[in-house]
Amino acid sequence: MTSTVIIDKAAPTRTVKYGSMSHDRTWALRWSYFFLTLFAIFSLVPPIYMLITSLKTSAEISAATNPWWVFHPTLSNYIGLLTSNQFLTFFRNSAFVSIFVVTITMLISVPAAFALARMRFWGSATLATGVFLTYLIPDSLLFIPLFKMFAVFGDWTGIQLINRWYVLLLIYPTLTVPFCTWIMIGYFASIPKELDEAAIIDGASWFQTLTRIFIPVAFPGIIAATIFAFTVSWAQFLYPLVFTTSTDQLVLPVGIITTLIKGDVFNWGQIMTGALLGAAPPLIIYAFLMDYYIAGLTAGATKG
Amino acid sequence: MADVTLRKVIKRYDGIEAVRGIDLDIADHEFVVLVGPSGCGKSTTLRMIAGLEDITGGDIMIGGDVVNDVPPKDRDIAMVFQNYALYPHMTVAENMSFGLRLKHYPKAEIKTRVDEAARMLDIAELVDRKPKQLSGGQRQRVAMGRAIVRNPKVFLFDEPLSNLDAKLRVQMRIEIKKVHQKVRTTTVYVTHDQVEAMTLADRVVVMNHGRIEQIGTPNDLYHNPATRFVAGFIGSPAMNFIPCRLEDVSGKPHIRLTDRIAFPLPTNRAARYQGVTRNEKLQLGLRPEHITEAKAHPEPGIEAFDAVLDVTEPMGMETLIYFTLEGAQICGRVNPNAGARDGRPLRLAVDLNNMHLLNEVTGVVV
Repeated sequence: MTSTVIIDKAAPTRTVKYGSMSHDRTWALRWSYFFLTLFAIFSLVPPIYMLITSLKTSAEISAATNPWWVFHPTLSNYIGLLTSNQFLTFFRNSAFVSIFVVTITMLISVPAAFALARMRFWGSATLATGVFLTYLIPDSLLFIPLFKMFAVFGDWTGIQLINRWYVLLLIYPTLTVPFCTWIMIGYFASIPKELDEAAIIDGASWFQTLTRIFIPVAFPGIIAATIFAFTVSWAQFLYPLVFTTSTDQLVLPVGIITTLIKGDVFNWGQIMTGALLGAAPPLIIYAFLMDYYIAGLTAGATKG
Repeated sequence: MADVTLRKVIKRYDGIEAVRGIDLDIADHEFVVLVGPSGCGKSTTLRMIAGLEDITGGDIMIGGDVVNDVPPKDRDIAMVFQNYALYPHMTVAENMSFGLRLKHYPKAEIKTRVDEAARMLDIAELVDRKPKQLSGGQRQRVAMGRAIVRNPKVFLFDEPLSNLDAKLRVQMRIEIKKVHQKVRTTTVYVTHDQVEAMTLADRVVVMNHGRIEQIGTPNDLYHNPATRFVAGFIGSPAMNFIPCRLEDVSGKPHIRLTDRIAFPLPTNRAARYQGVTRNEKLQLGLRPEHITEAKAHPEPGIEAFDAVLDVTEPMGMETLIYFTLEGAQICGRVNPNAGARDGRPLRLAVDLNNMHLLNEVTGVVV
């Protein structure tokens, strides 16, 4: 009896911090939200400022009023751009280039990734690494030799590719194919080997294994790769700036700055409107495919 | 349906021989189990029969045709994998019919075959589900269903029950046996579990280090093992091996275990071991069930001795006892009422009518 009394007295004197786990957790969450808010503000201020500016007239933009408020909202910038043939041409060129580049990229990188991930052939591992290494070479290093190549090609064959929007269909895949192939290799590698063995025993050819098993199973990865290819080709600036010059051949990012900046006159209202309208398509695609995109990226990430 | 023949089949990876010249004849309708420890080459052998691995040397024949260079899809085989390998984006019915659809079978026939297989495997109500909505046992049934609907010449099973829990494994084991009784397709089954091998097989092929140690019916392997490896691998608890030698005491052959313990050989065994060199180092192989409590009226060939038990394991219907003899741990099986207690002496009896004598150096059963 006495012994139990002693134990009972001893127990409360110990200073154990009960619930310290949840205490730590609360603070971790607070800090997380603090930084998340900080980053949200940091990344949302520019588009909000663009939106505000796009709703102003040129006079109001240059007036010395509060830049964060619209006193006389107007849609004239939007109407002006959306009724301008030039802007619609840029938009159409961008859309064509992006859609074709995505198609070309997927047609090359999905079979390439399948071959590199699954078909054991001489040098396949080296080739897989090589594919990734090509992606590491920056475009600012490549555009001059590429320009020279196309110029020489034009001289020799008489086929002029420079200053045609479709030259971009040859150039962009040098950026998108290696990266998408790499993503897809990781994704395909995460599919158990027995799955293609089962398909092969069931009578599927390599091509049927790819189209009927691998593509459906790796669909999130393919969506992720598609989004990446689309974003890269939609937002690419340096290559179109170098390779296209006539206004009817320009894509959106280059078109906006070359036609809306005249000498030292910046048509800010329309520049901001154009940039916002240009950012819309990737945004819409992201919004629809967000779940797939995250699933695709994380699956690829774990397989390195 | 067809017979399967392996002739001097060799598999070499980068200079390492995984399979070292295997000869095996599997008759039509037969259920053959390849069993052995990991890395013994059993899975490689199965994958070579399937065509998933190239063979380095020898010949593999299915139904009398050499299939060395025939791709898997043209070998008319079906395989069940350890991790089920179900197509995750297809329903059960689509999974089962995938092979038939690739071969452009008529829709009506596909449906008949899938329904029949689903009924046989008791998964008829699951045909519209996706694999992730199924339990492990159900997935394994679907994998078997996928093999059955194809109606192939040969079924290949690669450790199909290893991913299931112990209870389900026993249940699926019976299921596989029932399916084989119905469809009678020639079956090659790989497992590392000797209980699975014993219970399922018409014949068991015991493999070790890329070679076949012994081929035989389950009973044959159990009662007449050819080598120490087979003797130790088949049976649970495993066979006991006790260092011993033969000597003649007053003209009669005796088996001497220790300085104090020597048993006269039963007459039938004495004749068999007549030619064995006396005083050569040997091992006595005795299964646990042949080491029991001593009876009041011993039969011929049953010899009694005393031992101090280290550990006892009551199993309910019997009690496993462990004691040490000449440095070897020995396991025996006694009646639960025999009075076996940890650390206490017990009078035991060995049944020498069922003894095995092994050469200690070569491991060959004499």
